Amino acid sequence: MKTTWGSGRWLIILPPLIFLTVFFLIPFAFAFKISFAEAAPRVPPFTDVISFTADHHLRLAVSLGNYRYLLTDEVYGVAYLYSLRTAFFSTLICLLLGYPMAYAIARSPKSAQGLLLLVIMLPFWTSFLLRVYALEGIIRDNGFLNTILLHLGLISHPLRIMRTSLAVYLGIIYSYLPFMVLPLFATLEKLDTTLLEAAADLGSTPRRAFLDITLPLSVPGMIAGSMLVFIPAVGEFVIPSLLGGPNNLMIGRVLWDEFFGNHDWPVASAVAIAFLLLLAGPIAIYQYYNVRQLEA
Amino acid sequence: MENRSNAVLLSVLFFGIALLYLPILVLIGFSFNASPLVNVWGGFSTTWYTQLLHNRQLLEAALLSLEVAVTASSGAVVLGTLAAIALVRFARFRGRLLLTGMVNAPLVMPEIITGITQLLLFVSMMQLFAWPHRGFTTIVISHVTFCTAYVTITVQSRLQSADRSLEEAAMDLGAGPARAFLEITLPIIAPAIISSWLLCFTLSLDDLVISSFVAGPGASTLPMVIYSKVKLGVSPDVNALASLIVCGVGVCVIVAGWLMARSDRRRALEVQLAGR
Repeated sequence: MKTTWGSGRWLIILPPLIFLTVFFLIPFAFAFKISFAEAAPRVPPFTDVISFTADHHLRLAVSLGNYRYLLTDEVYGVAYLYSLRTAFFSTLICLLLGYPMAYAIARSPKSAQGLLLLVIMLPFWTSFLLRVYALEGIIRDNGFLNTILLHLGLISHPLRIMRTSLAVYLGIIYSYLPFMVLPLFATLEKLDTTLLEAAADLGSTPRRAFLDITLPLSVPGMIAGSMLVFIPAVGEFVIPSLLGGPNNLMIGRVLWDEFFGNHDWPVASAVAIAFLLLLAGPIAIYQYYNVRQLEA
Repeated sequence: MENRSNAVLLSVLFFGIALLYLPILVLIGFSFNASPLVNVWGGFSTTWYTQLLHNRQLLEAALLSLEVAVTASSGAVVLGTLAAIALVRFARFRGRLLLTGMVNAPLVMPEIITGITQLLLFVSMMQLFAWPHRGFTTIVISHVTFCTAYVTITVQSRLQSADRSLEEAAMDLGAGPARAFLEITLPIIAPAIISSWLLCFTLSLDDLVISSFVAGPGASTLPMVIYSKVKLGVSPDVNALASLIVCGVGVCVIVAGWLMARSDRRRALEVQLAGR
């Protein structure tokens, strides 16, 4: 009797499947196609890659110029590397800060856990743009931090944080920390505590038990959290744009400027496709661990 | 040793929480500053809040954002719940792997990529079918796309832990699978559906990057207007607006969390009673 959904189940499967295919997957095909076009002063502002001639023959006008441009113009290489490096070190700091936080929540009494999680979740859902703006209020030259430090006499000149790499790092860590804590907590919470008791019974010190048992078993959470921070951070636009200076060229910002500043849609598409190829590995790792965790 | 490491853990936890909240609290504090200077406290005042009411551009953008958020979260809740049912209840079907990938990928996909690819789709569709016009429709479609992922994840985990025996009992008593689902399982997952609607609402209300790409000329959502104001520097009326939004969203999230926690407790109680 269980499988009497019959063909009715397609009424459930098809709507999300079709919607996401059309509006999430197929757009990548269009971006791929347009990355081989050339910018043109018309609406929309690029040449046709695939068209039909007057006598109904298919005509392909593929230009590799955009990709050649990405390889030869230094800006793109520099921006990709800078984005990867910034995202990597921010992820590392988030992990070092987020792990003890998740561990402390997992070990606190069950009654407090719900409240602590809500406290971590709240900023996670609160406006991203406004939180970056709020951080600006703290680290500005005449902001909260400098006002306090000057008042206390700890510094004689305001610290210059805005428009530097440090501001971009602070912005990413501040914005993405909850993304690290939540998956880490999910794995640490599921951890079988009898293993730790067994280790203690066998004479292992808490430090040893942590290194030999807790740490290896929490690797899936560490990877899921790191990917949730790393991948969006590489493509971050709002943070480098509001907090960074002209030198903090991250790839998201380059893409934005190419699109909204230069109106060069084909180059912007090529930047997006190259960027996606770069992220394919990390996204695949994230999917793998995520599916495994959901099905466990 | 045990006590010292506990103290270290707790202090890192509270340091992290302080880091997350300090900027928002300072922002809210300064939104009541009478002085237009951002670093001088000029006394308590609600001037900036009353000024917001006279800013037509902001009010129009806020209205558009609210309309988009309500429409998009309702659409996403329907699609996301269907996807969750499909993934949990139907172990094998054609396209299962594809669907799994497509509900998980938007969670990590950088917004800037989603934004530009969706815009290119809309522009190409416009050339082929003369639909959709950029504006409200395209913003809603994009928001439904990324919100669906969050709904699916939330409802999926609730469905997985739901007790299937009640539904099976209903079917043994002659209810069709659709009826058994609607009358038995839907009430069980209802809190997850309501709370994911609230979360989608806040996500949609907040989105800047994707909306900027797909909105086209003419339509501006609230984050787009705020971004252009913030680009020019810190201003006290943005502080007031930001405080209002942060508090509004905070209430939504707390209600969503409370709904989920309450239904968890209730279910735990039912399980306990049933075990007796």
